[in-house]
Amino acid sequence: MLRTRIRLAAMLAVALVLAACGGDDEPSGGTSASPGELRVFAAASLTAAFGKLGEQFTAANGGTKVTFNFAGSQALATQIQQGAPADVFASADTTNMDKVKDLVGAPQVFAGNLLQIVVEKGNPKGVKGLDDLASSDLKVVLAAEEVPAGRYAKQILDQAGASVQPVSQEDNVKAVVTKVSLGEADAGIVYATDVTAGGDKVEGVDIPREQNVVAAYPIATVEASRTQDQAQAFVDLVRSAEGQGVLQSFGFLPPPTS
Amino acid sequence: MTAAVRRRRADASSGRNRAPVLFVVPAVVAVGFLAVPLVGLLGRTPWTSMATELATPRVLEALRLSLVCSLGAVGISLLLGVPLAFVLARFEFPGRNLVRALTTLPMVLPPVVGGVALLLAFGRRGLAGQWLDRALGITLPFTTTGAILAEAFVAMPFLVITTEAGLRAMDRRFEDAAATLGAGRWTTFRRVTLPLVAPSLGAGAALCWARALGEFGATITFAGNLPGVTQTMPLAVYLALETDLDAAIALSLVLLAISLAVLVALRDRWFPTA
Repeated sequence: MLRTRIRLAAMLAVALVLAACGGDDEPSGGTSASPGELRVFAAASLTAAFGKLGEQFTAANGGTKVTFNFAGSQALATQIQQGAPADVFASADTTNMDKVKDLVGAPQVFAGNLLQIVVEKGNPKGVKGLDDLASSDLKVVLAAEEVPAGRYAKQILDQAGASVQPVSQEDNVKAVVTKVSLGEADAGIVYATDVTAGGDKVEGVDIPREQNVVAAYPIATVEASRTQDQAQAFVDLVRSAEGQGVLQSFGFLPPPTS
Repeated sequence: MTAAVRRRRADASSGRNRAPVLFVVPAVVAVGFLAVPLVGLLGRTPWTSMATELATPRVLEALRLSLVCSLGAVGISLLLGVPLAFVLARFEFPGRNLVRALTTLPMVLPPVVGGVALLLAFGRRGLAGQWLDRALGITLPFTTTGAILAEAFVAMPFLVITTEAGLRAMDRRFEDAAATLGAGRWTTFRRVTLPLVAPSLGAGAALCWARALGEFGATITFAGNLPGVTQTMPLAVYLALETDLDAAIALSLVLLAISLAVLVALRDRWFPTA
């Protein structure tokens, strides 16, 4: 009696779970946002610029809400691989866009970014260039090598022959700026746009062009998206003259030609 | 007691009581909800390459560091938490409830918030941290000590609460007897009180250790992430997840095994089979 009851209950429970899972198979089997909402997965360095573009998109598209997921591009790529509901993916490098190339439309490079040394306001440690970062009494924080900004930083330091021992490898580029603006770290290597976005607690030290790399930002629509039109419209906005104007007002460069 | 109640109790003790379907259905769903993720983890585990995944220097380094930091956190918790539990259990003082609330706060505080608070207190510009830096030249963020502190901050309450409960529940007449026989306070504490609360202390330490081992938010926020220095297992899992799923799963499995071991070790305490 107890057995059959439990079996009955288990069957009911399984049916319940299946029903719950099956619910959103209708009508098109996608896993993305409902119409009227657009989910944009974007590199952390795009936070301010895309925030602005999102507002413009909402205003121009009858109130379509844009929800952003800002994080390290490597984290976003993993989330998309694992089926997170994204409509648009904007990465800070082509490596992470390549990781999801089977899941997205044709990527288009829409912006470039230079890297800069970020120091505390007033540059109390007198950092002048990459060589200074190798000094042992300087606490340097970099992004982890999995993070695009971390890989770019490593590339720059390797090219310059500067051997830097970071005290921490942060999970995204914004965390590097935070550690410097809190005064916990003396310097870091981040995108020039992050220094601007970091406000009045930090300032940038330029890395000479011949030592620098230009980060290329690709954007693509996600194929599982149920709002392909809206997703494409957002990509178009980013690549339009208007969108480029906004990006450049936040310090981004035009897409590098390479 | 009415006859009906008596009959129901009797049914329950003889095992003839049937759980109503109304309760069994959600209960089964709950079990499934808790078990399916574990099955998912086990199902995706790269069993054949497990050994090679775990033998990489990065993983071994994270394992070693996790052990060092979690045991360090337990050490700090024992050193400071046991006296605190004793004071809370045995002495009346104004604001005792406030102290108790404060002690348990880290249990409910989001660990990331704990990490931010630690930065603002013990960071290089922090309330106490700037003094440490200036007077002693000690900075805690980005150091293994910092990771230990972050874990202790989050895990100590588990030890304090469990030990305090044990102290309250124990029979104090043994202490009185020891005192009448001429034992001093310290001797009584060491030879009578501690052995009597040893089971609670052990359970508290195990809980504290498990919590410290799993600590992520406060650690990454306060101590940062550097392999070999502050990158403990949970941090390694999180970062590996973004590049190497198999490594992340292998690491997760190790943490799962440890958690299960703690549960098994404490089973008599939590699931008494009376």
